[in-house]
Amino acid sequence: MTLVLLALIGGTPLLAILLMLAQGGPRFAAATNVTASLVVFASSVLLVAASARAPAVLLGGAVLADPLGAWVILCTAAVYLLASLYAAGGVHGADRPARLVRFHVLFAGFAFATLVAPMMNNAGLYWIAVELTTLVSAFLVAFERTPEATEAAWKYMVVVSAGISLALLGTVLLYWAGSFVLGPSYDMTWEALRGAAGRMNPGLVLFAFLLLLAGYGTKVGLAPMHTWLPDAHSEAPAAVSALLSGALLNTAMLGVVRGLSVAEAAGRGEGARAALLGLGALSLLVAALFIVRQRGIKRLMAYSSVEHMGIIALGFGFGGPLGVAGALYHMLNHALNKTLMFCGAGSMRECFDSRDIGAIREVGRRFPVFGALWLAGAVAITGAPPFGLFASELTILRAAFAGPLAWLGAVAALLLIVIFAGFLNHFRIMYFTPAAAAPARAPAVLSVLPMALALAPLLLFGLWWPGALWHYFAVVARSLGAAP
Amino acid sequence: MPVASLPPLFSSLFSLLAIASLLLAFAILASRWVRRYLQAFALQSWMIAGISAAVAYAGHYPELYLVAALTALFRGCLLPWLLWRMVGKPEAGRELHLSVQASSSLVIGALAVLFALVVANRLAAALGLADTVAVLALTVMLAMEMIGFLLLAVRHEAISQVLGLLVLENGVFLGAQMLIPGMPLFIEIVLLFDLLIMVLCFGLLARHLRANLGATSATALRRLVG
Repeated sequence: MTLVLLALIGGTPLLAILLMLAQGGPRFAAATNVTASLVVFASSVLLVAASARAPAVLLGGAVLADPLGAWVILCTAAVYLLASLYAAGGVHGADRPARLVRFHVLFAGFAFATLVAPMMNNAGLYWIAVELTTLVSAFLVAFERTPEATEAAWKYMVVVSAGISLALLGTVLLYWAGSFVLGPSYDMTWEALRGAAGRMNPGLVLFAFLLLLAGYGTKVGLAPMHTWLPDAHSEAPAAVSALLSGALLNTAMLGVVRGLSVAEAAGRGEGARAALLGLGALSLLVAALFIVRQRGIKRLMAYSSVEHMGIIALGFGFGGPLGVAGALYHMLNHALNKTLMFCGAGSMRECFDSRDIGAIREVGRRFPVFGALWLAGAVAITGAPPFGLFASELTILRAAFAGPLAWLGAVAALLLIVIFAGFLNHFRIMYFTPAAAAPARAPAVLSVLPMALALAPLLLFGLWWPGALWHYFAVVARSLGAAP
Repeated sequence: MPVASLPPLFSSLFSLLAIASLLLAFAILASRWVRRYLQAFALQSWMIAGISAAVAYAGHYPELYLVAALTALFRGCLLPWLLWRMVGKPEAGRELHLSVQASSSLVIGALAVLFALVVANRLAAALGLADTVAVLALTVMLAMEMIGFLLLAVRHEAISQVLGLLVLENGVFLGAQMLIPGMPLFIEIVLLFDLLIMVLCFGLLARHLRANLGATSATALRRLVG
């Protein structure tokens, strides 16, 4: 059963790529992507349910379906579904049908790499899958072929490849640390590493974890390794930005979290979590500074991703059942919310023909339905009630105040307030500054639909945290070694 | 682990090859010509292939002969050739613009090696492996990692950024061959292919870069800030 679900999740995007290459029409390609993403989403919901009952290791230990990985797959699948709906409405920069098909092929490939990475049971294979996501998505970032987009893709590839080589070094050292316990040749699964960690040299494990944190942290966009993120996220087509921000960052965070659980088992959880907390808090600070005085609408959203990855890092850093639950809940909420925001930013860019906040005016008056959805999304992403992110941020702060690092929780809360004011100030300007010139066109129906589809669960998750999810998160927290 | 209990002859052979690779990293750091760059990188890859073969012989890991052959083929021949084609012949004879003088970057590189040695000594001492070839492997691995980052930071040409990344990868690969020869063969081969695909992707992007920005100097990449 689990194997079928995993095969559907991994195989459907691949099948979609083959069909798109064989058939060739841009409309067909868009429809194929939407269909594939529907299948993937349905399978990932079932996978979450199945992995909660019994985590499975399949195909001779190569593939893993544990609750943590299944959750990240669910977040990715949700973004893939919404973003491919948005992309079906048109892609900026796809001037010829052939290029539109190419976009959809690459998009499915990117979704494939992001979906299979969490399934990798072997730390080395996980590294390779993450590297694959970089290579595919770099071409999506460069898709618009402007000088800026090319520059962003180049920076993305250089910075992330350099960063991720540190993660490879960390993986090698972790394997080496394990080889003293398990012998020179063994299967480097996460489970084996966690099991042997108690007998490994703790200093070496901590060193390896710090390298993993620096490496995968670059991909997550934690400050100070975030420099590629605003460029790549702002230059990519909106659907790609959504998948980069809502899905890929979570997938990379998974590597940090699994590394953390190994460090925890080696008895060096304290130091490892302190490093994670430091990077998380720094990300919040950097994001706050850049959000307040931001001029580009998509760069604003990109820095908001830095902020939210910082919050998730804080959640896992504070640890315990509360911290882990908050961080996981935040992953899903952020994935939905950021997709909404990037779809909105992409539509506004089409309508006003500019990426500057200064060019976007009177959104609420000109496009009432779209404006209401986007504004609600903006309120949600700053962590205001009654939306899901409020619930998850509050849980993470509760985890902070329950532990010895209450002061860090207070600092984080203060930075969140600064971000709230700074972010919504941009929306005040975009909605209520009068302007003489009317926008060129109105948002397409297909670009508003995913926004509505994202907002509904956000509102639901804000008002009601399903009890089953609490249980699920508690299972994940236990598997990561957090004390009940 | 065979690393700790090697016959003296093999210890010296490993030391020789590892130190030669480190020196070649310095040669890359100091050279101003693309041609010299690529030659030093190719030679470094051959050294690493030699290490793989020596580990295969000394530690009885027959599958590492395959890795050695593939390393020599991919990293020693194919990658330099691809990069050579990527920059184009007239470009390859060109002098590179250095933002930090070659002599200064050599000094920084030497400091990096010192730092790597201190870290390696402490790690090895904690593992009870002091005064073995493991210290050297760790030192060279960490030092090449730092020299790779130095290359990324001080050189502003597209080609030297790619080469910086390749030096990073070479460093990790060298360390992996000596410290964990038992790493599954499958992963080593996938890593080799991954590198090849990475360079091909960089080649494609570099073509975009030249078409759109009219230059492959990363100093032209100054549009996106803030």
